[in-house]
Amino acid sequence: MSARPSARHPPQVSVERAGIQTTVQDGGRFGYQHLGVVPAGAMDMESMLLANALVGNTPDNATLEMALQGPTLRFGCETLIALAGASFRICAAHGQTVTMLASNRPILLSAGTQVAFEHAPDGARAYLAVAGGFDVPSILGSRCTYIPAGFGGHAGRALKKGDCLALLPQASSLARTRFGSLREKNSGIVSHGSGVTTVRWSVRPGSLPEDEVTLVRFISGRHRALFTAQALQAFESSTYRISPDSNRMGYRMVGPRLERANTRDVLSEPTNLGTVQVPADGSPIVLMADHQTTGGYAKIAEIVSADIARLAQLRPGQQVRFTPCSLAQALALARAARAALTTKTQALAWQYQA
Amino acid sequence: MGSQPAIRVRSVVPLGDTAVLVEFSDRLDPVVNAGIQRLADAIRRRRLPWIRDVVPAIASLAVHIDIGLTDEADTVEVVRDLVEVCLADTTVPHRAPRPPIVVPVCYDDSFGMDLPEIAGLTGLSADEVVRRHLGSDFRVLMVGFVPGHPYLGGLDPTLAVPRRSAPRLRMPAGTVAIANAQCVVYPYEIPGGWSVVGRTPLRLFDAARARPSLFEPADAVRFERIERAQFAQIAKNEGTQ
Repeated sequence: MSARPSARHPPQVSVERAGIQTTVQDGGRFGYQHLGVVPAGAMDMESMLLANALVGNTPDNATLEMALQGPTLRFGCETLIALAGASFRICAAHGQTVTMLASNRPILLSAGTQVAFEHAPDGARAYLAVAGGFDVPSILGSRCTYIPAGFGGHAGRALKKGDCLALLPQASSLARTRFGSLREKNSGIVSHGSGVTTVRWSVRPGSLPEDEVTLVRFISGRHRALFTAQALQAFESSTYRISPDSNRMGYRMVGPRLERANTRDVLSEPTNLGTVQVPADGSPIVLMADHQTTGGYAKIAEIVSADIARLAQLRPGQQVRFTPCSLAQALALARAARAALTTKTQALAWQYQA
Repeated sequence: MGSQPAIRVRSVVPLGDTAVLVEFSDRLDPVVNAGIQRLADAIRRRRLPWIRDVVPAIASLAVHIDIGLTDEADTVEVVRDLVEVCLADTTVPHRAPRPPIVVPVCYDDSFGMDLPEIAGLTGLSADEVVRRHLGSDFRVLMVGFVPGHPYLGGLDPTLAVPRRSAPRLRMPAGTVAIANAQCVVYPYEIPGGWSVVGRTPLRLFDAARARPSLFEPADAVRFERIERAQFAQIAKNEGTQ
C-alpha cells in the first residue's frame, strides 16, 4: 500500500448512517462571547481529550461526538481510531468478517472497514478520535460545530447519511507510524484477522455514571436570595430527573418546582456553562455546551466545572441530586480532575514516543 | 479612566469556578454601560493569558477564566482587584468612535406586525411610532443570547411598551422589535416576546466575514426606512431570502 493517499484509499470517512446527533467537536471556540458566540465544543471534555490522547493526537484535534445512538462509518483508508466515553457497542465489518470491539483503546482499521457505533449501556456520549483529527475548516479558531447558528464542524450541522469527512492526507501513514510505536511497546497486540488490530489495555474516562443517582456539586447562584426558603431546600434535597427535551443547549430538570419569593425582573446578563437558571415555570435548566451567552432568568446555582462531564454523560430519565460546595472547593476539584486526566494522557503520550 | 464618568462596583460574584460576574447597577443606565464598555477594553488590553473571554453586558461584565492557567485560590478576589486597577488606569486610550451602523428596515404591515398595537398603547399613530423609532439614537449595550444579537439602548422613551405576555415561538431572522427602553434585532429565527416594528434584510452574523458580527458592543446604530422593493434587492445581495 502506498504511503501517499490514493484514489483507491481516499483519506476520508463516509457516513452510512448518521446516528441521533453526531457532530464534529473539539475544545471549543473562545474569545467571541462578547459577540454572542458560545464556546460550544465537546459536552464531555474529559472523554474528548482522552480519545485524542488514545490515538496520539494533540488536545486540539477535532473528534466526532456521538449521542445515545451512534453512526455507521466507512473508513476510506487505513486509520488509527479510538472511542472514549460511553461504552457504545462497536461492530467492525471488513469483507465477510465482523468483529466486536471495545471502547477506550486504540484500534487500527484497514482501508474499507465499516464500523457501526450502536447504543451504549452506560453513558450518553462518546468521542471518536482519528490519528491526525478530522480535517474540517477552523472557524473563529475552532473546528467545533455550533448548531444553533449553523457554523463550524461539517457544514455547521449534525452529520447526515451520505456525508464525507476529510482526514489529513497523511492519515494512513500517521496510523501506521503510531501503531508501530504501540507494537514496539506492547507484547499483547490483538489481530482480529479482518484487518482490525488493537491492544489489550484500555484507559477509561472518569465521567461515566456509577450510581443510580449522580451527585452534582454546585456553588450558590447569584440570585439565590430571590427564591423562597422552600425552593432552596427543595433544590438541595430532592432528586431531579433529566427531561427528554434536554439537548446540547441545556438540561431541563424534572422535579420540585422552584418558587420565587421576589418576582422582580432580572436584567439580562452573562451566563456560564453550568449556570442553573429558573424560568417562570419553576423548572430548573442547567446550561450546557451550546447555551445562550446571556439570559434574563434568575440563577439559583452554578454547577462546578469538575462535574459538567459527568452531567453530560447522563441520559434523559436518569437522576441527579445537587449538593452545595464552596468556590475554593470547586477550584480544588477542577484542579484535581485536571491532574488526574493529565496523568492518563501523559501515560498515553509515552506509548507514542519514538 | 480619565475624564470618563466613574462607575462603581456594586458586587463581584462567581459564575461557577470558571467565570466571575461584576455588577455595576441593577438597571439600564447608558452612562454606566459606556463605563462598562471602556472597562472591557481596559481589561482586554492587558492580554492576560488566563482570561478567555470578557463579556460586557447591560449593567454588568463577565470575565471567563481558564483556571488551568492561574493557580489563584480565589477567582473572585483576582477579578475584583483587576477591575479596580483597570478602573483607576488613566492610560487607557479612548477608542476612536466608529461611524454609526446604518440598518435598513422595512416597516411594511406584513413585517411591522405590532405597529397598530404599539400605536394603541402609546396613543400615537403607527406612522409616528415609525418616525420616532427612526429618530432614536441607538447604542449597542450588549451582544448576546445568540451570535450577533444586539441589545440596543436609546429608544425614544415615548415608545416604551412592556414585553408581550405570550412570547411567539418563531420570529424570522432580521426581525426588529422593541420592549421597555430597548430595541433588538434577531440574527436567526428564534422565539421572541418583544413587539415587532419591522424587518431588516441584512445578515447580522456571518462567521466567514472579517467582522463576523454586524453589531459590536458600544457601536452607535441608526435605522433607515426602506420599501419592499429595496428590501427584496438587499436580501438577494445578502443571501438572506
